[in-house]
Amino acid sequence: MAEELITLAHGSGGRPMQQLIQEVFLKFFDHPALTALTDAACLSWPSSYQLCFTTDAYVVQPLFFPGGNIGKLAFCGTINDLAVSGAQPLYLSCAFIIEEGFSVALLEKILASMKQMVCQTGVAVVTGDTKVVERGKLDGLCIATSGVGIRPASLKLCRESLRPGDKVIVSGPLGDHEIAILSARGKFQLETRLASDCAPLHSLTERMLKVEPNLRFMRDPTRGGLAAVLNEIVSGLKVGILIEEKLLPVRKEVAACCEILGLDPLLLASEGRLVAVVPEKTTGQVLTVMKRHPLGRQARVVGQVISDQPGRVLMKTLGGSTRLVEMPAGVQQPRIC
Amino acid sequence: MRFLTEYRDTEKLESLYGRISRLASGLPRLNLMEVCGTHTMTIGRAGLRRRLPENISLLSGPGCPVCVTPDSYLDAAIKLTERKNICLATFGDMMKVPGSQGNLEERQGSEIAVVYSPLEALEIARKTIKEVVFLAVGFETTAPSVASVVLTAAREKIKNFSLLVAHKLIPPAMACLLQDRKVKIDGFICPGHVSAIIGARPYRVIAERYHRPCVIAGFEILDVLQALVMLLVQFQEKRAAVEIQYSRCVQPAGNLRARHLMAEVFKVGDAEWRGMGVIPKSGLFLKKEYSEFDAVRRFSLQLVKSEKFTGCRCGDILKGLIAPPDCPCFGQSCTPARPKGPCMVSSEGACAAYYRYELLPGRGKWQKS
Repeated sequence: MAEELITLAHGSGGRPMQQLIQEVFLKFFDHPALTALTDAACLSWPSSYQLCFTTDAYVVQPLFFPGGNIGKLAFCGTINDLAVSGAQPLYLSCAFIIEEGFSVALLEKILASMKQMVCQTGVAVVTGDTKVVERGKLDGLCIATSGVGIRPASLKLCRESLRPGDKVIVSGPLGDHEIAILSARGKFQLETRLASDCAPLHSLTERMLKVEPNLRFMRDPTRGGLAAVLNEIVSGLKVGILIEEKLLPVRKEVAACCEILGLDPLLLASEGRLVAVVPEKTTGQVLTVMKRHPLGRQARVVGQVISDQPGRVLMKTLGGSTRLVEMPAGVQQPRIC
Repeated sequence: MRFLTEYRDTEKLESLYGRISRLASGLPRLNLMEVCGTHTMTIGRAGLRRRLPENISLLSGPGCPVCVTPDSYLDAAIKLTERKNICLATFGDMMKVPGSQGNLEERQGSEIAVVYSPLEALEIARKTIKEVVFLAVGFETTAPSVASVVLTAAREKIKNFSLLVAHKLIPPAMACLLQDRKVKIDGFICPGHVSAIIGARPYRVIAERYHRPCVIAGFEILDVLQALVMLLVQFQEKRAAVEIQYSRCVQPAGNLRARHLMAEVFKVGDAEWRGMGVIPKSGLFLKKEYSEFDAVRRFSLQLVKSEKFTGCRCGDILKGLIAPPDCPCFGQSCTPARPKGPCMVSSEGACAAYYRYELLPGRGKWQKS
């Protein structure tokens, strides 16, 4: 590329855009369905499977943070939505909306980390789009990804299948991503060595479903954290969930940052963790396969499904009592004093 | 980190729960007020209320600075955003506090910076030609750092920086509560960080004139339980004194340097508290020497009292007359997502803490927004 910066011309549909696609995007993504540059990627999948389809948009600031960047996040986030639905992710679409003046070198850095995820996961980017908006209309760049995957039609994974006694498993420490992002913003002058947990979970979920195809339900605790996920799971059901504060996996650094800023670890976002509800009988087996996977090494049971308190999430506190875990409302604000 | 584990040690907690029940048996019904919002949070997060003996009730007091900031103040702040060339700097939790017509969050297009310390507001002023107005809200805890920023601004002759001051003092509010005959408060858990600044002496009037035991407590659950034990011992021994549980942070005389800073910049005057009205000598105002930093003067603002009736009973809640669920708005028209009254706004507000953490009958039927 002659120019170093993205200009409005790159979004104009003419030669500069062709150049950007050929010389930048195709350098990183080379699946035949994409390089054919057709209007739509034509794909096939085994017909005995159910098709799973998901979409998500990513607007994180800063674009680069310890443990990843917006590209890796956009890739993993969509893969994880498929993974926790019990699907094997196959193809991804990728739409970039870029601010005029954005550095091509930075764009390439983002694409390189996405390519690394393609190699690591075997999930291909098969269609995409680029738009450029005027300077000041956007803070750098945002990415929207959609993903398709397949899962056996027999899979039941639904929250209605929860039974009292089922165990709630968390795959690893909570909140690393959100604290890593907060400290990367530099606003709090927090110095941590913490990296985002951002990672693709599909190989972990695949192994879990192999040992327990009747796994009740899974979800990844992103925005709103564990509190939001658990509340979503039991909302409107005839069962509730009781977790134990002392069992929650939270890293020391995360706990310390929460204390300083007045944040609640239960509400922090993770990007490479999952919450699973598992029948009591097979909990041990599921935990064993999780612990053998690099992303599940610190997996543990944090609570169980209960029959009283329908539709509610409760927590046995370190204070020796029980309290409600409320669905988070709005943004967590650091406190005055 | 040691504090995060040692002060939440199950064995120690259980032994304190045991002592509390033993001490409470034989005592009459007692209403103890935790004055500070951070205590309300600790108590809520630990679920402490459900573990206390029948005859011991904890009331949440007026110690959340956001909660007690009146309509008139917010209206003035919102008015400021309507002017050109003004950047408002504020702590985050002020954004959602309702004034008589809307809140700061709804002021789209105006320049409002959420800051985490008054120093940051001054930093913004250094970098812009706009007028930067800092919303100086808080108790004795934050007042010294605000005072030091005023002194820095004066020293550096920063001309585009001013403050809309609504700093409040805790002990006069506690005394005011006790003057209200309806209020039934038997003892106080006094705020730890306010006391780190002011020390134990300002509470002596509460113990000596009003005969209410006071214990200055830290913010871990173990601190709160130990403070309760100390209060109950005072009741058993039929005495009322000011005692310090939070001795790792609070000196009897407070922090002299911080008190000196406050005295240098602020003078004490009557102040309006939301839900409680005007309390004599309960507010801090900029001294004459620093009046150039007073946003009220600089922009000829008028703080107009408007007591619009909303049905919200935050005032009675702040006085400990009713518990949050007794308010007709609680959980119905007033939730953390759509706060009507100030106690629901801040995470430290009594209503927000109840909404988040307390297991109340009938809660299941609420629609989540």
